[in-house]
Amino acid sequence: MGKLSGKVAIVTGASKGIGAGIAIGFAQEGASIVVNYASSKEGADRVVAGITGQGGKAIAIQGDIANAADVQRIFSETMSAFGRFDILVNNAGIYQFAPIDDFTEEHFHRQFNTNVLGLLLASREAVKHFGEDGGSIINIGSSVTSTYPPSGVTYTASKSAVDAITKVLSKELGSRKIRVNSINPGLVETEGTRTIGFIGGDWQKKREAQTPLGRAGQPGDITPVAVFLASADSGWLTGETLLASGGLR
Amino acid sequence: MSKLAGKVAVVTGASKGIGADIARGLAKEGASVVVNYASSKEGADKVVAEIIKAGGKAVAVQGDVAKEADVLRIFSETKNAFGKLDVLVNNAGVYKFTPIEEITEEGFHNIFNTNVLGALLATREAVKLFGDNGGSIINIGSAVTEIHPPTSSIYTATKGALDSITAVLAKELGPKKIRVNSINPGMVETEGTHTAGFIGSDFQTTFEGQTPLGRIGQPGDITPIAVFLASTDSGWLTGETVVASGGLR
Repeated sequence: MGKLSGKVAIVTGASKGIGAGIAIGFAQEGASIVVNYASSKEGADRVVAGITGQGGKAIAIQGDIANAADVQRIFSETMSAFGRFDILVNNAGIYQFAPIDDFTEEHFHRQFNTNVLGLLLASREAVKHFGEDGGSIINIGSSVTSTYPPSGVTYTASKSAVDAITKVLSKELGSRKIRVNSINPGLVETEGTRTIGFIGGDWQKKREAQTPLGRAGQPGDITPVAVFLASADSGWLTGETLLASGGLR
Repeated sequence: MSKLAGKVAVVTGASKGIGADIARGLAKEGASVVVNYASSKEGADKVVAEIIKAGGKAVAVQGDVAKEADVLRIFSETKNAFGKLDVLVNNAGVYKFTPIEEITEEGFHNIFNTNVLGALLATREAVKLFGDNGGSIINIGSAVTEIHPPTSSIYTATKGALDSITAVLAKELGPKKIRVNSINPGMVETEGTHTAGFIGSDFQTTFEGQTPLGRIGQPGDITPIAVFLASTDSGWLTGETVVASGGLR
């Protein structure tokens, strides 16, 4: 235990779902956590309370990663609170599925601003704030860049951009001791996937039938993979994209 | 740590190099380990002694994975010694780089029999011995399937075959709760790469110059990844190929 003792991690979009699970998991390994949220203050505060209730350290910091000023503030508040920074989990992301017939500029900008621009802005600030020991950036991509689902063109394009960013930045930042890897989850049961209808219907059953490990994912399946990528156990990995989907590709 | 308490692992080709380090690493996490070797009895006995001295459990079992009768014996001796199997590390492999003008049938069969046929035979027998709880198969591939170095046509072909085997068997064995993943190391400093002349050569200098993390690998870089893939931390991953090369691709 304590694989992340003494480290400070920012998890974007950590008020719920996969991000919340990762925040809690990192705290259990000894990291101090910044639980970033855009609008779900209640959820973020709940995650913080859960962590501190178990003896861990966490604070909630509001900020929309698609907004450069917000991103700078997230990082300056992190340094004020914890004095150092080691791990960035680029988890904040949105998805909206629509056939190409219904594609709009608004769909494009919304998803690309959060999923790609926001990820790049956060990564830029992270690189400014890592210390001499470097750090670890973990991008949460998606298995859609393996499965290419119909009606998912904008979302999938944004996540393919994330795959490319992972690889480019791994080459660019390696000499600064900064590793950049990604986790690409498949279908995971969260408030978000329930709301959009991926969980709890025929589509879920069809996916499960195609999944070698025979079920949908849970946030708890993703968290240990994030801990691995954040810790020294993965010290020889950079530029890696881990498809965490129960084998569905 | 005790991520593999109560588990039994077979590591093929574990008398030296990456295999030996993985055997020690799995034992440190609580696994009982079969240290398989083809001809280096002294090396295998040394690994077993190191494991036992550190408080772990291990036996050395001789067998050439390219020979079916040997493979049957490796697994029957595993069953006799430890009663069950949970983890197979298909590490035994040979490499020889040959320009295309000089390849021979004998050279082909030699490398394919160990690197591909051997891995398939060992996998077939492991699947029989895994219980209802399934298991984890970890294939040791190679980053050559990313880098494609000149003069490695036969060797890289064997590792390309192994990548496909990982992907196919992940789909095939998922319903039996058997996960199949691979670690694809880049250049690692071992007795083997010293003997082959890679260490200290221009090849090494070129590799390091292109590697984001600025050095070649050590067996200790690979072992924590093997522990991750053997343990339930990677329980949602199957069919994954983890390129462990300090970012060189």
